[in-house]
Amino acid sequence: MESLTFRHTIQKPLPGTKRAAITGVVASGNLEVLLERVLPPDACEVAVETAINGYGDVWEAVVADFVARAQPGGLRISINDGGARPDTVSLRLLQGVRLMEA
Amino acid sequence: MPGKMTLDQILASLFPAGHSVGVTDGLITGEGPFGGGRLVVVGLDGDTPLGVEGALVLSRAVLDAIKAGESAGSRAPILVAVDSDSQRMSRRDELLGLYECLAHLAKTLLLADRLGHPTVGLIYGHSAAGAFIATALATRVLAALPGAHPSVMDLPSVARVTKLPLDRLEAMATSTPVFAPGLDNMVATGAVHAVLDPAQPLDGQLSALIADLPAGDIRDRLGRARGGRPVAQAIAERVVRQARGG
Amino acid sequence: MAAADAVSWYEASARQRVAAFLDADSFEEFVDPTERAMSPHLPLFELPRAFDDGIVVGRGRLDGRPVLVAAQEGRFMGGAFGEVHGAKLVGLLRAALDGKPSAVLILFDTGGVRLQEANAGETAIAEAMRAIAEVRAAGIPVIGLIGGRAGAYGGGGLIAGTCARLAVSEGGRISVSGPEVIETNRGAEEFDSRDRALVWRTMGGKHRRLTGGADAYVADTVAAFREAALDLIGRAPAFDRATLEAEQARLEARIARFGDCRDGAEIWARLGINDPDAVPAMTDAAFLETAAGVPEASHDAR
Repeated sequence: MESLTFRHTIQKPLPGTKRAAITGVVASGNLEVLLERVLPPDACEVAVETAINGYGDVWEAVVADFVARAQPGGLRISINDGGARPDTVSLRLLQGVRLMEA
Repeated sequence: MPGKMTLDQILASLFPAGHSVGVTDGLITGEGPFGGGRLVVVGLDGDTPLGVEGALVLSRAVLDAIKAGESAGSRAPILVAVDSDSQRMSRRDELLGLYECLAHLAKTLLLADRLGHPTVGLIYGHSAAGAFIATALATRVLAALPGAHPSVMDLPSVARVTKLPLDRLEAMATSTPVFAPGLDNMVATGAVHAVLDPAQPLDGQLSALIADLPAGDIRDRLGRARGGRPVAQAIAERVVRQARGG
Repeated sequence: MAAADAVSWYEASARQRVAAFLDADSFEEFVDPTERAMSPHLPLFELPRAFDDGIVVGRGRLDGRPVLVAAQEGRFMGGAFGEVHGAKLVGLLRAALDGKPSAVLILFDTGGVRLQEANAGETAIAEAMRAIAEVRAAGIPVIGLIGGRAGAYGGGGLIAGTCARLAVSEGGRISVSGPEVIETNRGAEEFDSRDRALVWRTMGGKHRRLTGGADAYVADTVAAFREAALDLIGRAPAFDRATLEAEQARLEARIARFGDCRDGAEIWARLGINDPDAVPAMTDAAFLETAAGVPEASHDAR
């Protein structure tokens, strides 16, 4: 197991008022993403617990790409990962943000 | 380590004045005089696996005890004595609905309890998995004798399923009671209420257990106090509290 | 979201099932994922945890009636009972005693005990069965719904057998020992776990329904499970000696009549089904018609 945390400064808060949402399931090749609107509107934190060690660089890139696309200001995002591929991670993160915007 | 008590020794200690408890195909049924009334005994002896037929023999005996209690107006305590294998693992048992037969046996014990029969489990040998849940674990309190060896699965099988080396599991088992087989660990989780003293008469120890039965299911409370289930009680209570809206 | 009719129960996650099963927007979760009630034990095994430990519990409405619901997530650790997972179900059942809902619904999806937390899981299963007996005795129906990918195995099968009513779909399996467990212990001659047709004939939804092991057979949709649950709530047997005497007689009669059968199809033939070999491939509609003609399938003895 490996724990990773990424913090980003965001231009604007994510629209919507939903306090929390969860998407995905922890399974082999899959992950769950818990999103909570608990941070200052210009902050985003992504905390990852992953079953697969040694992919910190990949996570960093996937998260940076997601943050640039979604501008998830105000969100603390917590991930439990069962060894998902980067494209699955991106998909779940964007699904989660859509739930928060709803 | 002293050898474990045999069923004959247990029965002799429970019933100094004699009894009619017998064993057929590993299934224990019968009764004897106890504390001015009777004590009904059901169970499994000799590492016997519990299959569909056996479960229904035992549930019949429990239902008979309930029926007798209705006409006698007094509810005899029921002792579930267990030295069993796990559930009988076969295609035929599952085809015939083993889940219904085992659950039915547990339900008869739970109903007896509700109707006022004190129900006490006594594990004096092995027991595992479905057989354990349907018998000894379906009582109000479960007692054990030293040398008993309850388990869900033996460590070599756990090693196969979890893909962890056996020596590593054995090392983990010494520090965390939550997964490893053995009596001490089931005491720590709260499943086993008390360990009896084989050097003292069992009738008195059983009477004391019955006199002091907890009002409800306190296994999670014991598991927390003993460290074998650190969070179960708190989680269950949190659910109850939130359901109340508080 | 797609209409409930279109959502496959088998494919859906526990959360999707609950959301589509209950009245729209009526679900309120207890100990929700933000509370992070995760397994304290899985990290020892270097295994990832889930924020809900693989079970969703809470309250909602079913056709307007207040109900409590538990839904297991079969994809996380096979839906198995660990310490937190089990305690959430036990807590929900205990909550039913003071909340007096119209029913408690258990959406099973479990391989049984989680081996990494075996003692806690096993004890929680015993606690859940005791709590179900108390809830049923208080007059509250406890209904089991079985159609998930993990089935209802091991201790999950025993909890299912303790419920007042069970609904099952074709993909739902109910059993104590799973095919792999039997094969590991007794060999492939006893049970070839790769023979999926054999698995369905031995422990699948159609076999369970025909033999009275489940009280309703439903299509693999959330809408069908919802309809079945509403029906079953209205006709749950009491938890008393009369019911258990009837169950004793029912199970004894089953063993006397079918105890020498080697295969599900033999049992179905003895139940009067003309073409038992056609049962596995039958459409849901055709099967429901067939099951309606089997008197043994329907009873109040559970």
